[in-house]
This record gives sequence, C-alpha cells and structure tokens, in this order.
Amino acid sequence: MNGPHDLGGRDGFGPVVVEKNEPVFHADWERRMFGIAAALPFSVPFADDHLRREIERIPPADYLTASYYDLWFRSITSILRERNIIAPGDLDAATTMMPRPLCVAAIRPDAVAAAVREGFSTRAETIEIPQTLAVGDRVLVLNNHPRHHTRVPQYIRGRRGRVVADHGVFNFPDTNSQDSGACPQHCYAVEFDFTEIWGAQGDTSATVMVDIWESHMQRLAKD
Amino acid sequence: MPRGIYSHALTCININKKARPMEILVTMHDHHPHDHEEASLSLRVKALEQVLVAKGLVDPDALDAFIQLFENKIGPRNGAAVVAKAWTDPAFKARLLENGPSAIAELGYGGLQGENLVVLENTPQTHNVIVCTLCSCYPWPVLGLPPRWYKSAPYRSSVVKEPRKVLAEFGTDLAADVKIRVWDSSAEIRYMVLPERPANTDGLSETDLAALVTRDGMIGVAKL
Repeated sequence: MNGPHDLGGRDGFGPVVVEKNEPVFHADWERRMFGIAAALPFSVPFADDHLRREIERIPPADYLTASYYDLWFRSITSILRERNIIAPGDLDAATTMMPRPLCVAAIRPDAVAAAVREGFSTRAETIEIPQTLAVGDRVLVLNNHPRHHTRVPQYIRGRRGRVVADHGVFNFPDTNSQDSGACPQHCYAVEFDFTEIWGAQGDTSATVMVDIWESHMQRLAKD
Repeated sequence: MPRGIYSHALTCININKKARPMEILVTMHDHHPHDHEEASLSLRVKALEQVLVAKGLVDPDALDAFIQLFENKIGPRNGAAVVAKAWTDPAFKARLLENGPSAIAELGYGGLQGENLVVLENTPQTHNVIVCTLCSCYPWPVLGLPPRWYKSAPYRSSVVKEPRKVLAEFGTDLAADVKIRVWDSSAEIRYMVLPERPANTDGLSETDLAALVTRDGMIGVAKL
C-alpha cells in the first residue's frame, strides 16, 4: 500500500539527528515490547510480513509521530485482535480467556539463545523454481500500486534498472502478508541510476540497489 | 481511565524503583505530551505482557533472555571482529564476500535478521551505504539493533536521493569521482559494509584493529 512508511525520496524531514552514546533501549517498556515481539511468533505464528503490514496500516499522521516501539505495540495488538487472541478491552481484563486458534506453546527461556542463533529465514530452500531473469538483464519495475502490503518502494515503480544479483528463492510478502500463500519466487538485487529515478536532480555518480521479487518486474529488450 | 490500566499504574509504581511515582501520576494529568505518552505506553505494554503471560503465550523469563541477548551480547562489536578478521585474513575476506552467513558463523555469529547476510566491500573507488526506506531492516547478528537515526524519517527519506549530502552530515566527504552505491534493504537480504582498512595500521593486531571499527563505518555513513 502507498502508506506513510514508504519514505524513500520524501523531502522536508530535516537533517539526520544522531544521539551520542545511544543506549540499545531508551526505556524499560521498549525492552519489554522488543521481548514480546521477539518471543510471540513462537506461540502465535506470524511473519515479519504481518508485522510490517499492520505497521503500514497505522494512520499516516500517527505513523510519522509515534515512537518506534509504539509502532510495534500497535502492530502486535492488531495482529492479536485479528486472530481473536485478544478482544477490544482485553488489555484491561487480563484473565479473559479467548479461543486460541493456531497458537502453540510459548518459547521457553532456555530455548531463546539457540532460536536467535538459528533465525527465521524466509528463503525457500527446498523449492526448485527456475529463474527467469539473469544478472545483466535490463528490467522495468511494474508500475503497480496495490492496496495490500508490498516491498516495492514507490520511488522505483515504473523505473528501469539492471539485475546485479540473484539472491535465490524467497517467500513473497505480497501474498504471504495476506495469508494467501507463500508464492516463493526469485528475488533479485536491481541497480538503478539516480538520474533514472530523480531525473535532472539525480547524482550521476550514485546508484541505488533495491531487492525486488520477480513478479514485480518485466525484462526489457537488450540495448 | 479504564480500571485495568489504572491497576497497572499502581503496579508500575510499586515495582519500578527507578520510577518517580508522583511524576507519573502528575504527568498523566498534565499537558506534557512526551512524558504522558511514555507513561501511557509503559502501562499499555505492561498490560499486553500480562495478558500474554496469563494466556501462556509468552514467558516473562524468555522475554528477559531476548532482551539480555540484544542489550549485552549482540551488537556492533561482533561486526567489528568480523571486519578486523577480514582485514588480516584474505582467505576469510574472500569467504565473507562470497557467503556472509557461513563466514560469520566461523566467529560464532549468525541467526535472526542475518540469515541472508551480504557483505559489501568499500574500496577507494566505490563507497557502499545501507538503508531500509520501508522500515528498519538491519543486520542484527553483526550490528545489533539499529540506532534511532537509522530508523528515522530523515535518514530513510534522504539517503536514497541525496547520499552525498547525508554522508556529509556525518562528516564523511567523498571525492567527486567516488561512486556511491546505496543498498535499500527492501527484501530479506541484510547488508553490512566492510569498510576500508585505515592507513598506517600495518602492525596492529586483530583485536587492536577491531577497536578501530565503528557501527557507522559498517552502515557506510562513515569512513574509518
């Protein structure tokens, strides 16, 4: 969706403000929110695609003013409501037991370190899917503006680039975020000239690499 | 104010020794938006944790374990060790550039948000810098959790449009003939920059070299 999260190329946010000697967390509630977000997918299976989808649905004015872990809080509570795990008002009545479809046991403390070390790759290792693009191909990013979650930033839609790497086969966030299938497909690093994106204002000595799933692109004829 | 939230306020005041109870109570009724928002979020996150614990969906000790790992164990010193080894061991550097996850695993690193790590080598001709314009993707196993500025609108909006200006804000002035490659982490690949080894460091040990490596150097907003 063309949400407020898609910030590449927007003007007016001012200079980057760096905090000296920044701590990992700024408040205890940030620690707890991080811990909840890290632990919860073990018992309530959801992917980063779902977490991002719900963050992107936060009203634009709120998205741009809320603090980072507040976005996580809003997204996670939204996922929990969607799955009927908490009801509106449930945060006020902690003892209410709702049905828990698709939930499994909480991760145990002694399993955390190994789980973090293992990670959760969305690479679809076992699926053989032929690649239809190759390094060096010129491609056009389709000018689609879906209402659902997608990982194609607006600033490259309708732009032409060059495939510089084939990362392999990954689950497709557009469908996975809607629970309509993982649709694994090749994901490629595509390089764009700044002048292709920003026109006369584009830095001629700079390029940007964006990782794009195959179905968002079409191959262009060779020069 | 909902009853449950209010009871959480009392719990918070009782158990959090660092909190200033009167200030929390006062700020919940005054017009200081930041403090009010912080106090309110603190209560809401506490309520969320309590609900999830009551439902058996999270174990508070497991939350502590995640927090402990990312607050104390997994951070940019990991990445610095990787960089220092790459500077001193050409065979390791080749493996690192070829297959990031497998190479960092040799040092005991890897996993969450680094499952598909790609390492980008800076050279005198090419300067790489990473960003996530859509959210906050970042190579956790080597750099830990991202700083606020990396997740902020100013950085995410501008580095893909005016990278030289952004780098200059960080005090990094690149010669006009240096090519800049900006990597927008828009999918499941996580990027890390292998900075150039500083001049006059020939005699230094791997440990001494690692001490020269900064988080910003591995994001690509700084040179070392």
